Amino acid sequence: MGVDKTLGNNVVTTSLDKLVNWSRSRSLWPLTFGLACCAIEMMATGAARFDLDRFGVIFRASPRQSDCIVIAGTVTKKMLPVIKTVYEQMPEPKYVIAMGACACSGGVFDTYSVVQGVDEALPVDVYIPGCPPRPEGLLYGILKLQEKIMKERNSFGAAIGVGERICQA
Amino acid sequence: MSEHAAVAKLKGKFPDTVLDVVEFRGETTITVKKENIVEICSFMKKDLGYNFLCDLCGVDYLGKSPRFMVVYNIYNIATKDRLRLKVPVEESDVRVDTVSGVWGTANWHERECWDLMGISFNNHPDLRRILMAADWEGHPLRKDYPLQGPGREPYQGRHK
Amino acid sequence: MSFTETMTVNMGPQHPSTHGVLQLILELDGEIVTKAIPHIGFLHRGTEKLSEHRTYHQVIPLTDRLDYLAPMHNNLGYVLAVEKLFGITDQIPERAKVVRVMLAELTRLKSHLVWIACHALDIGAMTVFIYAFREREHIMNMYEKISGARMTSNYFRVGGLSADLPDGFEKDVRDFIDMMPGHIDTYEGLLTGNKIWQKRIMGVGNITGEAAIDIGLTGPSLRGSGVDWDLRRDNPYSGYEDYDFKVHVDDGCDTWARYKVRLLEMREACKIIRQCLDKLKPGPILADCPKICLPPKKNVVNTIEGLIHHFKIITEGPKPEVGEIYQGVENPKGEVGFYLVSDGSPCPYRMKIRPASFVNLQALPQMVEGRLIADVVAVIGTLDIVLGEIDR
Repeated sequence: MGVDKTLGNNVVTTSLDKLVNWSRSRSLWPLTFGLACCAIEMMATGAARFDLDRFGVIFRASPRQSDCIVIAGTVTKKMLPVIKTVYEQMPEPKYVIAMGACACSGGVFDTYSVVQGVDEALPVDVYIPGCPPRPEGLLYGILKLQEKIMKERNSFGAAIGVGERICQA
Repeated sequence: MSEHAAVAKLKGKFPDTVLDVVEFRGETTITVKKENIVEICSFMKKDLGYNFLCDLCGVDYLGKSPRFMVVYNIYNIATKDRLRLKVPVEESDVRVDTVSGVWGTANWHERECWDLMGISFNNHPDLRRILMAADWEGHPLRKDYPLQGPGREPYQGRHK
Repeated sequence: MSFTETMTVNMGPQHPSTHGVLQLILELDGEIVTKAIPHIGFLHRGTEKLSEHRTYHQVIPLTDRLDYLAPMHNNLGYVLAVEKLFGITDQIPERAKVVRVMLAELTRLKSHLVWIACHALDIGAMTVFIYAFREREHIMNMYEKISGARMTSNYFRVGGLSADLPDGFEKDVRDFIDMMPGHIDTYEGLLTGNKIWQKRIMGVGNITGEAAIDIGLTGPSLRGSGVDWDLRRDNPYSGYEDYDFKVHVDDGCDTWARYKVRLLEMREACKIIRQCLDKLKPGPILADCPKICLPPKKNVVNTIEGLIHHFKIITEGPKPEVGEIYQGVENPKGEVGFYLVSDGSPCPYRMKIRPASFVNLQALPQMVEGRLIADVVAVIGTLDIVLGEIDR
């Protein structure tokens, strides 16, 4: 008994974690959520020349259907509660990309009304510098996020309620 | 230097209200008393044809008296002419009559002026904060309001 | 017995068709909007306050980020205002003026391309978005060639330009301009004869010329209501009086009229750019005012005077006379004005920006009240608002 011949080339063996990570990272659906100038570059990234769709990135209009939020622009103190609400409406697992200098650190707007970096309120996974970042920058940031998701452990276990998802730094 | 034609007409109609007329880079600025601002604006619009209010804002001259100026940039679409009216406002009585009955566009401009500069407008139809959150304290564009807001360390960079 | 009550619907700030972070509170009676209250300020960044702490030269990059669809126009309005304040308006070299007009009109095309893309996308015509953004990429490439940035160009300087045009730039522009009218035909082919498009925008968002002046509408929104007013022709700046162009007016007073006016404006912009290319002659690009304008880089590194002037301007900043001026320019959205108050110090004492979109948005309630809720999206599209400029 036992395996008397090797598996054919139409069978792939993998761990369930890897399978889950692969499917998550290759179908990142960000929320259509533009704040300022960077949102226009985000739109340009989604349009024909840069074409985000080839990475499985499809913009969704509802937070309930998305698993990634791109903070594209300046976050003001008036807007912050709205962003928090939208973030909380998204189902787990969820990821945050801070796009542009304003979302990373407040940028040039060191003023009374601007939150000095969205990381004061949300757990940011990827920071993309630039004012605004080029579409290539956003693409690179998304690829980095995919890499990060691929390194997660126990993602299958967490999905069925056994233990916590472990993210590596 | 020739005086702007509207100045003489304004002085003829309201002899005591014109406080000052300044010409700078070809632009005329007329400072008038704040009591008659609505009548003056109606006169400018109906009789002199300044039918378009480009802009309305407040300026804070901290340390001077009167402390505030409300500035009206008006325009005549028929003759393509610009004019500027200014109204001094004392700190002890930070109120001006609204001109939103004369030009509808003044409505939001005055709300913004109230929000950022703290100048209140009598008889305004809807005087609420417009840019800052409804529960915001203070008026950010005043000169004694710190750039980074009251809760943070003051800006350490350039000093005048 | 019938029983009706109105329903309050919240639209935004997170909504795909509000063009940013605009919030609308709509009171609905069935599908009819009985009341619309815009809430703005979600992008208020304190630009006016910040500029009081910057020198006149340092404010230019902040103006890029106001109307981020037309950054060159904001730069232009601001540098013209500062030049007026310093009294050097008549010393700007001819080449700088022509390049400014050319780039301003390219920017108008760029802004109108985003308008047509988003307006059509909001109403459900996806294809135009893809085409318009394709053409927009060409303009972005030109921006990148001259300034290094795709959007926030920061190219104009007080007194002229930051650098001369790169080699081959004129050919790029000419190729683009030769191609552009055909692309505009494409958009028209996709939209103008389209029955759905016509039904969605004809007779929607009506506002009479008189009401439009009262509420302060400017730009194509005003000209779509039959008011013949364009600052480029009526209060010319930067040499616009030397160009042959037509100001298009339509007295339809509805979204359809504004659609037609904007498309004609795009064709007109192509004509102006062609005239600019014909006028363009080699020459200096900066005014010869060493105490006010930044000297050319080759003077800074080669001459002691240039180095001293550069040092003084960067560390202290030039000081204008005490006074106040207002300068308005015809932005793609409407009149953008800069009101500068100087107290003789190197920083503006007060800078008030007259935002076109802020005032145009004010007309929204009277354009949608009594209409269907679906028309709200069309009206937001036709007003062509940019929240960066509204909230500043």
